[in-house]
Amino acid sequence: MGTYVLRRLLQFIPTTLGALFLLHYLTSLGIQLTGNPVRAIFGDRTPTQAQMDALANSLGLGDACLQRVGDPCPALFLDRLQAIFLHFDFGINVNRRPVIEIVGDALPFTLKLVVIAIIFEAVVGITAGVLAGLRNGGFVDYLVKITTVLMISVPVFVLGFAVRTFVNVHLGNWFRAGDMMPDWFSQGVMSPVYKPDYPWASLVIPGLVLGSLSLATTARLTRTSILENVRADYVRTARAKGLPRKRVIGVHTLRNSLIPVVTYLGVDFGGLMGGAVVTEGIFGVPGIGREIFRAVLQQQPSVILGIVTLLVMVFLIMNLLVDILYAVLDPRIRYD
Amino acid sequence: MTEPAAVTSVEAPPSGGTGGPAGRQGTGKPTSLWGDARHQLVRNPIFLVSCLYILVVTSMAVLPRMWTSQSPRTCDIRLSRNSPELWDHPFGFNLNGCDYYAHAIYGARPSLQIAIVATASVVVLGGLVGLLAGYFGGWVDAIISRITDVFLSLPFLLGALVLLTLLQVRNVWTVSLALIVLGWTVIARIMRGSVIETRNLDFVAAARALGAGHGRIMGKHILPNAIAPVVVYATILLGGFVSAEATLTFLGVGLQPPAASWGVMISTHQQYFDRDPWLLLFPVGLLVGTVLSFIMAGDALRDALDPKLQ
Repeated sequence: MGTYVLRRLLQFIPTTLGALFLLHYLTSLGIQLTGNPVRAIFGDRTPTQAQMDALANSLGLGDACLQRVGDPCPALFLDRLQAIFLHFDFGINVNRRPVIEIVGDALPFTLKLVVIAIIFEAVVGITAGVLAGLRNGGFVDYLVKITTVLMISVPVFVLGFAVRTFVNVHLGNWFRAGDMMPDWFSQGVMSPVYKPDYPWASLVIPGLVLGSLSLATTARLTRTSILENVRADYVRTARAKGLPRKRVIGVHTLRNSLIPVVTYLGVDFGGLMGGAVVTEGIFGVPGIGREIFRAVLQQQPSVILGIVTLLVMVFLIMNLLVDILYAVLDPRIRYD
Repeated sequence: MTEPAAVTSVEAPPSGGTGGPAGRQGTGKPTSLWGDARHQLVRNPIFLVSCLYILVVTSMAVLPRMWTSQSPRTCDIRLSRNSPELWDHPFGFNLNGCDYYAHAIYGARPSLQIAIVATASVVVLGGLVGLLAGYFGGWVDAIISRITDVFLSLPFLLGALVLLTLLQVRNVWTVSLALIVLGWTVIARIMRGSVIETRNLDFVAAARALGAGHGRIMGKHILPNAIAPVVVYATILLGGFVSAEATLTFLGVGLQPPAASWGVMISTHQQYFDRDPWLLLFPVGLLVGTVLSFIMAGDALRDALDPKLQ
């Protein structure tokens, strides 16, 4: 296993560099083919060439190679790598605020949101998946199947809108009108936007919306995994030994069935960050997602590029940790 | 679902599970995986309803005039957001006073166009890459797998956001391109796994012993036997891309308003949700129905094609 971890660590470096280069190349190609996005910042005003150049340079988009179609801009890439790894510099926005500072301020909110989402999808998703898997073809199975399909097919922004309007606004108004609920519930949990007075409570519903994205996948994955494992020999043996059903399911079946699910939850980070852009935008949570959302609306390519570069690195580190955890969790798998 | 059934189903694919009294027992004719699947699918009401819905939506996209005689571009701003009238304007009017029903019908085309262009390209590209990686193995596989890893490390929505913000032109083609660049990897992985499973089967060895070349073995023997999981995933992916287009448009990096996709309809009218909910209900209904149909069809396909799950 030691060699596996070592090899995985060594693989991590070229993959990270590759991912950063891909991001760099795709964005450069986009700029080369369709023109410098800095022009769009000026809107309907006509900037002088000097203004354009100054802004483009300060945002890291002024390199001459961005005008030659197909040029991979190796010099620009090296500059960016240097800035990232030596100075921890991910660029600045139009107001000259470093991206790393923006991310730092926004991080706690997104972290809370993601924690709520992961707890929700793990608890509800695994429970639903286990119930469905144990009663293959039964009522619960169909219920879970239909619910998950419905959840997958509703885009998250539609779900976010529907929940905000019906639950937070309409139902929330009803709660706020009456006096039967404590303040943290009617003002916090039911608030349609994030409120600093209720740092956890007002993130609960956005977190649930975000978690519902992957909830369906978690449930289905657990179901398939349970279905495969209840037929395994060791489960039959456990049952034949006369162990109580609770133990057969809870210890023997579940332990092996949860390995792919745990992996999925770890790797799902990328999906959650994407979902956070939408949910934070809808519920006004001042997290990383909303910063991206805002940067898109205000046309600040340098901010988006900076934040996404940072997130991709976090995503890769998460993947690395999950892979190593996988080796620890599942001794059956041989890594050569 | 007893153990013996599970064991036999490996040898004799789906027929064992669903044959029933009216099964085709005793014909002695060997049935193929696809033949069995077709037999099962035409009896699956969920699959048929999904296909019907997809057919309806596709006909909207191909021949919008079949569904409406009005144009979504003839607008009267005085009619802005007027409520539905049963016969003439069943969906009412949009923000600019254009007929909303015509808008919804014409909106099917860009949404489906993106989904189909992206899925087709992803299947061809990812399928080819996966086939080569799985068939040749060794260093070809190593290189391709590393490249796949690099692409997989860009989260889908975030990657698409970056790409599309930096592109100044956003139309059906650029949105599809972003989806293709970030979407082909999963297909490549599925194809690779499936090819590796097929590669070592006896009929491949037989073909090789008879002197078939790489191209022939891949095209004639491996591909038809390894494509099933890709077809299933591609069906689901069609739904995923319809939904992705709407999400990207909502975020402001997808299609822009003169274009009339369902995503544009939803994002233009989202702020009127409270007063005129039907402005959202119609496009959302069409969109969710389409995504749902593709996913259900894909699920039914998987059930029919994967004997192990029976």
